[in-house]
This record gives sequence, C-alpha cells and structure tokens, in this order.
Amino acid sequence: MADETLDASGLNCPLPILKTKKALSKMDAGKILDVISTDVGSIKDIEAFCNQTGNKLISTEEDGGKYVFTIERV
Amino acid sequence: MPDADNNKMTIIATKGSFDWAFPPFIIASTGVAMSKEVTIFFTFYGINLLLKDTSKLRVSPMGNPNMPMKMPFGPKWLQKIDFGPKIPNILWNIPFADTLVTYLMKKTMARQGVAKLEDLRSMCQEFDVKFIACEMTVGLFGYDKEDFIDGVEFAGAATYFEEAASGNHHLYM
Repeated sequence: MADETLDASGLNCPLPILKTKKALSKMDAGKILDVISTDVGSIKDIEAFCNQTGNKLISTEEDGGKYVFTIERV
Repeated sequence: MPDADNNKMTIIATKGSFDWAFPPFIIASTGVAMSKEVTIFFTFYGINLLLKDTSKLRVSPMGNPNMPMKMPFGPKWLQKIDFGPKIPNILWNIPFADTLVTYLMKKTMARQGVAKLEDLRSMCQEFDVKFIACEMTVGLFGYDKEDFIDGVEFAGAATYFEEAASGNHHLYM
C-alpha cells in the first residue's frame, strides 16, 4: 500500500517526472509513492529516472491507458 | 582548475521565439530531476526567455516550412489535416500570421497537457537551476535589468566557461 499517491494524469513530458521528483523529495526514505500517468512516454522515463536517481521502481501496471508506477524512495 | 564532475551540466540558450523557449527549460528541469546541477547561459535572442513578460514571444511559420500545422479544435477529420505543407510559405508574410499561429500552438499545447512556459521556468528556479543572462546582449538589445525576472545573474562569456569547467555535459540550443 502506497504512503503517497501522485496523480499526473493528462500531463505531458516532462511534467510527470518533475512532479515525481518533487513528491519524492518531500518523503522519507523507505516510503512508497504511487504515480499515476497517462503519458505513454512515462514508461521509459520513470524507469530511467529511477535508474539515475537510485529510487526503486517496484512495479509498473497498466490499466486502460493509465499507468501506475510504484516507487520506493531511497 | 576544478575537477570534471559528472553531475554538472550547462546549456547555452540562444533562441528567443515561443517554440524554442521550451527545450532549454524542459531539459534543465529534467536534468535536475535526474540529479544534475544545471546552469543555463542565455545569450542573444535567448535572453527574451528571462523577461518578466513573455506574452510577446511568438512562433513564426515564415521560413519554417516543416512546421506541422493542425487545428487544435473542430471535427476529427479537420484536425487530421496538416496544413503546413499545403500553404505556400510566402503566404505567411501577412500581418498577424505569427499571432494566429502562436495562439493555435498554445491551444494545442494546453490540450495535450504540455506545461506552460512560465510554469516550466519557475519549476527550474524552484529546482535551483542557475540562470545567467549575457550582460552584453542585455545592453545590445536595450533592455534594463528590471525587465527580467528575479534570480537572474548578469555576466559574460568568461563566467559561462567557469561554470562549464566543472561539468561534462554541455548543450547549445
């Protein structure tokens, strides 16, 4: 179960990444953030973001054009 | 001399039209999200991107023959038509063509959830992206320092080099 949820639906690149970065920076290490996005580019970009920043991408789920990324804050 | 540091990036922003205002702010803000420290050096037309009032920035279809031009509203079949290649470029040499095309581009961006220019710029500032405006250009174009947003540093090319010396990722836009 996520500690925080960020709804970035309807937003285009790079907003989902920028908002994810902002949301994570307000959270403590070990907390879980769910990011909801409708931007198909987020699939690769959230993964790249996590690889680069060390945050852990726990799962990616798709549900009818909505993507839910579960990220653990490091 | 400082050691090269993987986390520093610089951008030289040279263009001041509405469309070209986006890439420097998008790359800079994303750079910070990707753990970079970012400096943008704005020179020549690029300094327009730091004005308090960016409402006068325009995109021009003149001399821009590959610009896709689709209607942001209307029936689906109409929205699919790309008017860009259909309209002879010289016809754009009419009054208010830039105003019209800029208006349509803003509509399209809003519909697609693209961030507003001012929002991207303030996001960069919130992320501590350093903005340096070329002092020489400010004088050359007859601007006052009061015309620009707060938080802008005014300096010259040598300052850019000092910023760039400690990074290894440098873009010219």
